[in-house]
This record gives sequence, C-alpha cells and structure tokens, in this order.
Amino acid sequence: MKSAVKKFKGLSDKAIAWIFIAPTLILLLAINIYPLIYAIRMSFTNFYANKIGREVKFVGLKNYKKILGKEEIWEKMQITAHFVCWTLVLQALIGLGLALLLNKKFKGNELLTTLIVLPMMLSPAVVGVFWTYLYNPQVGLFNYVVNFFYDFGIFDMIGSSTLAPWSIVIVDTWMWTPFTMLICLAGLRSIPNYLYEAAEVDRASKWQQFIHITLPSVLPFLLLALLFRGIENFKMFDLVAELTSGGPGSATELASINLKREAFEKWKTGYSSAFAVILFVTIFGFGNVYVKVMNKIKDR
Amino acid sequence: MMDTSRSPSEASGFSRKLAATIIIVYMVVTLIPISWMVATSFKSVDSAISYPPEVFFEPSLEGYVNLFTNRSRQPKDYLDSLPPPDTWYEELVRSREMVITGPSKFLPRYSNSLIIGFGATFFSVFLGSLAAYALSRFKVPLKDDLLFFILSTRMFPPIAVAVPIFIMYRKLGLGDTHVGMIILYTVVNLSLSVWLLKGFMDEIPREYEEAAMIDGYSRMQAFFKVVLPQATTGIAATAIFCMIFSWNEYAFAVLLTQFNAQTAPPFIPTIIGEGGLDWPAIGAGTTLFLIPVMIFTVVLRKHLLRGITFGAVRK
Repeated sequence: MKSAVKKFKGLSDKAIAWIFIAPTLILLLAINIYPLIYAIRMSFTNFYANKIGREVKFVGLKNYKKILGKEEIWEKMQITAHFVCWTLVLQALIGLGLALLLNKKFKGNELLTTLIVLPMMLSPAVVGVFWTYLYNPQVGLFNYVVNFFYDFGIFDMIGSSTLAPWSIVIVDTWMWTPFTMLICLAGLRSIPNYLYEAAEVDRASKWQQFIHITLPSVLPFLLLALLFRGIENFKMFDLVAELTSGGPGSATELASINLKREAFEKWKTGYSSAFAVILFVTIFGFGNVYVKVMNKIKDR
Repeated sequence: MMDTSRSPSEASGFSRKLAATIIIVYMVVTLIPISWMVATSFKSVDSAISYPPEVFFEPSLEGYVNLFTNRSRQPKDYLDSLPPPDTWYEELVRSREMVITGPSKFLPRYSNSLIIGFGATFFSVFLGSLAAYALSRFKVPLKDDLLFFILSTRMFPPIAVAVPIFIMYRKLGLGDTHVGMIILYTVVNLSLSVWLLKGFMDEIPREYEEAAMIDGYSRMQAFFKVVLPQATTGIAATAIFCMIFSWNEYAFAVLLTQFNAQTAPPFIPTIIGEGGLDWPAIGAGTTLFLIPVMIFTVVLRKHLLRGITFGAVRK
C-alpha cells in the first residue's frame, strides 16, 4: 500500500481524476454501451442467436417496420400501459396518504415506517413466487380473505384473463407504495412550519392550507417518485415473470416479458433487438419529456 | 407567548391517534403476506394446502428438510427393510414414505448468491468511490454529462442488453460463471454507487484533505487516509444497497446462468415437490433468502431514502 501510494505521489490532480474515473467508464462502456450498440447493429439483421452457422443478412428497417405494424405489439404496449398507469395512480394516492398520516408525529413513528418499507426491499422474483401461493384459488390466503368479506366463490386471480392484469397491479402496489410514501414524507418534512403559521394568521382553513401549501410543496417529490416507478414498471420483468409469466395466454405479457419470449425462447435475435431499441428509445423519450415538465413545475 | 396555530406536524391529540391507528392497520395488513410465508415454512405439506388456511398449526420442520434434501418415494416393504433412521430429519422423511437421496441444490445456489453479491459489492463500491471522489473534488470536463451518462445506463431494460451480453459472454467463456456475474452486477451497481458516494463525499469538507496536504500528505494519501475514513458511513450504506440489489437480481441471473453460477432467485421457484409446488419448502427458501435483506433494511433505515433515489433526495 505504502509503495503504491508513494508511486502516485508525483501525479497531478488531473491525472488522478482520470485514473479514478477510467475504470468505471471503461466498465460501463464495455458492459453497457457496447452491448447496446451491438443490439442496435443486430436490430438491422435477421440474426438468430441459436443458429450459429446461418448466414446473417442485413435487412435494413424490416424488423422495425414489422414491429410497428404488428397489432400484437400494440396489445403488449396497452397491457404495459394499463400496468404502469394503475400502479402509478394507486401508489401515488396511497403513498401520499400514508405520508400525510406519518407526518403527524406520533410515538413509534420511525419503527412503523421501517416496518412498512420492508416489502419494497425484497427480491421481486421471490415475491412473485410467494404471491402465487397467496393467490391460489383453492388454498390461497388472499382468496380466503376476499371471500370472507364477500363470497365470490372460487376465483383465480392468476388464471383468469380478466383478473390477471389486476393481480400484478395489486402485488406491485403492495410492494412499492412505501417507495412513494418515503419520498413524499421527505417532501412533507421539508416544508417550513412558518408557512402554516402565516396561513393561520391569515385564517386559511385546513383544506386551503393543504391545497396551497402542502400539495405544491410535496408535488415535486411525488413526481420524482413517480418518475422512478414509471421507468421501473415500464421495464418490469422479474415480478411478473414469476407471478404470471405473462399468462394466461398473453393477458399480462408486458413489453419486457414479450421481449424475453422473442429473444430467449424463439431466439429471434434481430427482431427482438429491434424491439429492445424501440423500448429503450420510448423510456428515454418519455423520461426526458417528464423531467422537463417536472422541472417546469418545480420552477413555478 | 400564546401560540394557537398548529402545523400538521403538531396535530391535535385525536387526529394524531387516528393517524397512528390507520398506520398500524396498514402496517399489519402489509406485513401479512411476508408473515404468512414465514409461517408456511413451518407447516407440514398437508397443513399448507388445507382450506380454510390454518392460522394455528402444529409447527414442523418438513419445509426446511425438503428445502435442503432431495428425496424419492419408496414402497413400504423397501422402507421396512431399511435400518432405523439415524437422524430426526431422516425419520421425518421416512414418515412420508420417502428416503433422502442427497443434498438439494439450495445450499450451492445460496452460496452463489453470497459469492456473487459480495464480489460485485466490493468492486462496485471500490471503483465507485474512486470515481465519486474524482467527480466530487476535481474539475472534470463535461462533468454533468458524465454523471447523467452514468445514471442513464440504469434506464436500459435488462432484457434489452441481455441478448448481446449473452452472446458476448458465450464468446469470452464468461457465460454461467461467477466471474461473469460479478462483472455484470458490478457494472449494474456502478451507477448507484457513483451517485450515492458522490453525494456522501460532497458532504465531507474539503478543508480536511487540504489540511492533510499542507501537513505533507500527497493527494493519494489524503484520499486514502482522510477522505475514505470520513466516508465510512456512506460507503457502508452504499455497500448494503449494492448487496441488496445483487442479492435480489433476477433477470440477468435467469437468462445468463444455469448450472454453475445460478443464484437463489431463479432457483427458489423451481423447488417443486410431488404434485405441484412444495409450499413449505418454497416458504423455507424464501424465508432464509429474505431474512438478510430485512435485517439490512433495518440497519439502513436512516439512509433508505437516499439509496432508493440515487441520492436525489436527502433528509
């Protein structure tokens, strides 16, 4: 250690800066950017990763045209949109609600926060597996509890194509509501007390205080939380792969699940690379627009 | 001074009690699925599939025995011809008319998770703290673009880069190896570790290193002997986040590993007993897999917010 440190002694700050950043940069380029460029290149070919001897032909934009013209793909996008929209709405409402309640400082507040947060730290795939047990139509606890309140008889959350899209929304909301809650709570705690004191002096009602002080202050935080969740859920794979694996049929086949089927089951490498590029561009595009809007709201 | 105004954080006794009640109810409901899984791990296979679900049951270690062993069903006369079982777990298996044929793959999968998790955590925190220090202290051209670039690598859907990585790893002989997975998880964690550690290092006053350098330390010595020790809490928190991520990761694991380097998350769903899924065994696997994360979460609670937002929100 000592000799190594000595050797660097003469180095300028600039040299040190590059030596420190280079490994990170090289790794990101090698394992993230290179594969991405590779994927973009493959998206213009008819490459099949399981047929090694086969001649790889350049097919131009054919894969892209095929995907964008395919009705099936729009169905997947709709399924993804349904999942993203509902999870965001539910997590925003419940998360904000919980944050408002937690902000009334009561005893054991911190312990409760930690306990509530637990689901979000668990492995999504493993969560998916154990929810298949809870959703089991014959012996599942979820079904038992629902039937306890209103007797629907036997129903299958995962096996029915009308219920399955909701089954993934429920589990994701259970798991990730604490995320919006935590971030909103940070927002609420950042509001200075004097704003409310001033409002009291002006005889503003509680409701007016909520609309004019609490909500605008917490909004940037909520929007940030939804940005994170939106991106994550748009690329959702692990939880749903284990919970419904896209089924029944293709009722919960989100974009990423479909991509996995095309790429690793049908081995349509060229085609699936094109789809991957489209997904990436969509996330990036939406993300950028969202951040712009978010900053505008923040500046107002 | 008379102060009749009440901010929401100093709510009246009643509304505070109401809030606490709702929160406690939510906490109980939200923890039921996890507790149910832990309870299931201590049930017998029959008890796990009884309806209505059994809240009170006779505890059994069948799930854990099934998790760690492979068993095969044998005819009664063969079982009778065997010498009496030596151990309690053999006896338990025998009572189900089965014999233990060997250890299951759970332990190797679990240790793969540990090896890959610790390896990736070490490298991402080490490389991340170097990069974070440089980005925190030095003038780097295009710094903001660089930081955004590092973050943007998190926006790729894992499946999108999985195909090229799969092909690349196949060519390099890294497919289904520990080294390959450690490299991959290191890279995925780097963005988080650089962002978090930069935040932590920004908070360490520059005066500390400057004073050390006036005392004759080189920049390198100042970094290793002054800045790193100051950043211990931040480094520990970052390391736990990287560990949790590697521990929980599923998409790359299921696509790129199979026999040799498979981690626990893709393995746990495949624990299948006779006639469907062996719920107590899956419960046992899940429980053993989730306990470390829950402990870490409690340890991390002060830094949670920062970790999940890449340092964007600090308390």
